[in-house]
This record gives sequence, C-alpha cells and structure tokens, in this order.
Amino acid sequence: MTDLPKTPGSKKLGLVIDLDICVGCHACAVNCKEWNDGGHMAPLTDLDPYGKDVSGVWFNRVHSFEAGDHECGRTVHFPRSCLHCEAPDCVTVCPTGASYKREEDGIVLVNAETCIGCKLCSWACPYGAREFDEIDGVMKKCTLCIDRIYNETMDEVDRVPACVSTCPVSARHFGDLGDPESKVSKLVAARGGMDLMPELGYRPVNKYLPPRSAREQKAPPLRPSEEVAAKGFLAWLDRMLSR
Amino acid sequence: MHPALSIIFFTTASGAGYGLLVLLAWGALVGHLAPQFGLGLCAFATSLGLVGAGLLSSLGHLGHPERAWWALTQWRSSWLSREGVMAILTFLPALTFAGLWILDGTVSRPAAALAILGAAVTTICTAMIYASLKPVRAWRNLWTVPIYLVLALYTGALLMELLLNAFGLRGPFIPFLVAVAGIAGAILKTGYWAFLDGGRSSSTPETATGLGAIGNVKMLDPPNTEENYLLKEMGYRVARKHATRLRAIVLVLGFIVPIALSVLTLYVSPAAATLFSLVAVISGALGILAERWLFFAEAKHTVTLYYGASKA
Repeated sequence: MTDLPKTPGSKKLGLVIDLDICVGCHACAVNCKEWNDGGHMAPLTDLDPYGKDVSGVWFNRVHSFEAGDHECGRTVHFPRSCLHCEAPDCVTVCPTGASYKREEDGIVLVNAETCIGCKLCSWACPYGAREFDEIDGVMKKCTLCIDRIYNETMDEVDRVPACVSTCPVSARHFGDLGDPESKVSKLVAARGGMDLMPELGYRPVNKYLPPRSAREQKAPPLRPSEEVAAKGFLAWLDRMLSR
Repeated sequence: MHPALSIIFFTTASGAGYGLLVLLAWGALVGHLAPQFGLGLCAFATSLGLVGAGLLSSLGHLGHPERAWWALTQWRSSWLSREGVMAILTFLPALTFAGLWILDGTVSRPAAALAILGAAVTTICTAMIYASLKPVRAWRNLWTVPIYLVLALYTGALLMELLLNAFGLRGPFIPFLVAVAGIAGAILKTGYWAFLDGGRSSSTPETATGLGAIGNVKMLDPPNTEENYLLKEMGYRVARKHATRLRAIVLVLGFIVPIALSVLTLYVSPAAATLFSLVAVISGALGILAERWLFFAEAKHTVTLYYGASKA
C-alpha cells in the first residue's frame, strides 16, 4: 500500500551532508552509480553512452552553487539525492503500491515488479530524487544502499551507503536520525543541520550542515595588498631603487 | 513540465466525453431529450468513445502498460488510482443508461443520475492528480479543479450542439449553455493566467539549497553536461512570446469563435446551423488542446531551482 506506515518506527536512517567540507569531487555520485549498477535497483541504464546525446540514471548528483554576493560570495558544492522524507508525496501519489516507505527504518523504495512507469512520483518529488529508466520502463531512486547497510557478508565498516564510504573528505555521514543520541543526530544538533525546502512540508530525514560562517574561519580574509611604509635597510633600498 | 501528447489528449478527450455524457443524462432526466435511436447511437459512441480513447491514450505514456491494472489498487492515497477506479465504475451506469436508451428506447433514471455523478467525480479526480502536486505551483491551486470541470462541460456542450443540430433537434438551451460555460471558462483561464504571472512558488534557490542565510544563491556548475531525465521531464520551458500568443489562440479559437458560432446557429437555416456547430467543435478542440498544452508547458517544477532557475 502506498499509504504511509500507520505507526512509523522510531528508526529513521538517513544521511547528513556537510556543505562546509564537500569539495565537489563527484566521487560519491560515481561510486553510487558503480555500486547501484549491480545493486537493489540495477541496472542504472545509460542511453547513448558513447554518443553525443548521453544521458542516464543517477541517484546522486553534485551541483555547485554560489551563495552570497560580491566579497561575501562563496562556492558551495551540493550533493543532491533522495532525502527519505517522513511525508513523502512520491509514495502516496503512486497508484500501484510500487513506491513504499519502510516501517522499520523509513527507507523509501520502489518495487520494480509492480511499477508501471507513470512517472507521477517523479513529479511529486520537489527534490528531483527519482529518475525514470527508459530501458526498464520503471522509476529508480536511491535505496540508501539497502543491499550494503544490512549486508552481513561485508565487513562492518563497509555497511554504509556507497556514497558515504567513498567520500574522501568525510563530508557524508550515515546513521539513525530518529535516535537523538546517535552520532549523526548530535552532529545535526551541534551544527544546525537543516531541511531542504521545509516550506513544502515533506519533512526530509536527510539533513544538510550549512557552511560555517566566515567569522568562524581561522584564515584572515584576503584583501588587496596595501602599500606599507618600509623601515631601516628596506627603506634605504627603496630610496636607492626609486632614484 | 513536459507536455506529453498522450496526457493532453487524455485529459481533453475524456473531459469532453464526460461533459457530453452529463448533458445526455441531464437532458433525459429533465425530459428534454427523448430516447431516439440515431441520436443515442451517435452521442454515446462519441461520448464513451472519447472517454475510452482518452483512457487508452493515458496508458500510452506508461513504461509498463501491461501492468496498468495495478493502478486500481491504491485509491486510498493516490488521486491517479482514484481516477482509474472512478473511470471504470462510471462505465457501469453509463453503459446501462446508453444500452437502455439505444436498444430499449427507455431512460433509466438511476443510471442517468449515477452517470452524472460518476462523470463529475472522475473529472475532479483527473484534476486532483495535478492539483495535489506541491512542487508545481501552476497546478496546486484553487483554479485547477474548477477549470477542468467547466471546460469538460463546455466542450461536451459544443459536441451536444453539433449532435442536436445534425439530428434536427435545435433549441436555445444548448447554445445558451455553450455561452455561459464558455464565458465562465474564459474568465477562469484569464484569472488563472493572472495568478500564474502574478506570483511565484514559496520555494526559491535559497530554500532549495538551505543556503539563504549566506545570501542569494545562483548556480555555478550543473551536475552534468548533457540533459538528464529531470531536465527533459520537469525542465520544459516555453518561450514567453509563444506563451502570450498561445494564450490569445486559446481565447479566440477556444472560446470566442465557438461561442459566437453557437449563438449564430439560432438564426440560420438548419443546414448552416449544423455547419456552424461543426466549425465551433473544431475551433473549440484546437483552442482547448492549446489550453491543455500550455497547462503543462507553462508549469514550473521546484527541481528546476537546482538547475539555475531563479523561481518556480
């Protein structure tokens, strides 16, 4: 049923993405594509992969924005993927029951066996988390690497989503956001983790940590070099060279 | 939003079909229409044919049309599912009403009343598929449902007028209804366009990225160099000047010409009246197809905020 769970569990698995640290290397997006091409929703097909008009299914895409104007402006790299919302309209609009939100951990998934490919869920998602696979004729989306995080054949350290395991700067964190004592919840509390488009009321589980403000940064801001009056030997050298 | 032809045809054709069904049932209920074999055959074939063709067309854009029956299962949460269930349920009274009219020459009053109810509820469900989508301001508003209902009745009335003229059953009521529903439709569309142009989504690049505390947010680099599914499906843009022209076409072809021709049918010979109402149907169809194309093409989705749009 595409009704949301009547009694949602307390466990809310999700990601915390640190916009202060992300360097925009796209490694998370690439490793996501690599893992999921053989994972739960596989394959992530590409159209015309070696041609001029290449396009394909990705669960994770890294945008780059400029926030602020002029000297206050800064570049922020912004990975975008499914936020596993608590009020996901992508699930409730599904006419077939293929889209569902798991009661036990809140992960939003698509059953590829019953999806009719009507695309309505992708319209209902404000975040662009769902991408249609034109070859399979079904909708695909981030699974939070459900085939990794519960995979007992993997070492425990690897039981995190592929994007998290690969991030070279640890800008991505995985955990239970329903548990206020979890590492990710504490990180969100300490850093003022935020929801994307909170005004739409989807209540995303994933949180984004805002870039630290310029005041908190140790390095002094760069200013154009100023003329400084030289003293002593340098003043003598300056006089000699200025003749 | 990408204006898919299958969906444009589905919403306009099923709307007109249900509008015609409502008028046939209403006419029979109030005793204005006596069951007549030829008129009944043509009218129900047109009405239920348009509804059926529209529904089949809506299957055309599915990735897996053979699984379409699954879409009848989630009526508790999904307007699309409700629409499918109601469309099928409405066929029961509609076919009963049509069958008795054509084969028996009688009017089943319960079937006619249920057909009216089913047609109205199905049209509301169709509109609610769009009106329930929070990321699309152009759809999630109080204009969407009344416009779908009024345009369904209006286009049904244009078809009804052609049928009545063709069968020599000319009367003032249907041209009057065409004029009233047409003027209401034109007023609603004008108001809707003013609503569309006069505001913007509460979502902005700043709320979409959460970076508003720093300042204005602009896209520097997109995540990919080629088009992707999101941009093809949700990033469709119609040039402003084309939109302005198309709106004028909607008003002229969709409303002004058909209303004028409908009123004129009352003052000309029966043959000319049939011709006038045929031209009114064709003109109205072109205008309403343009209206529905714009309904999709002008609608902006919040995902475009991640791809450089400054508003949605």
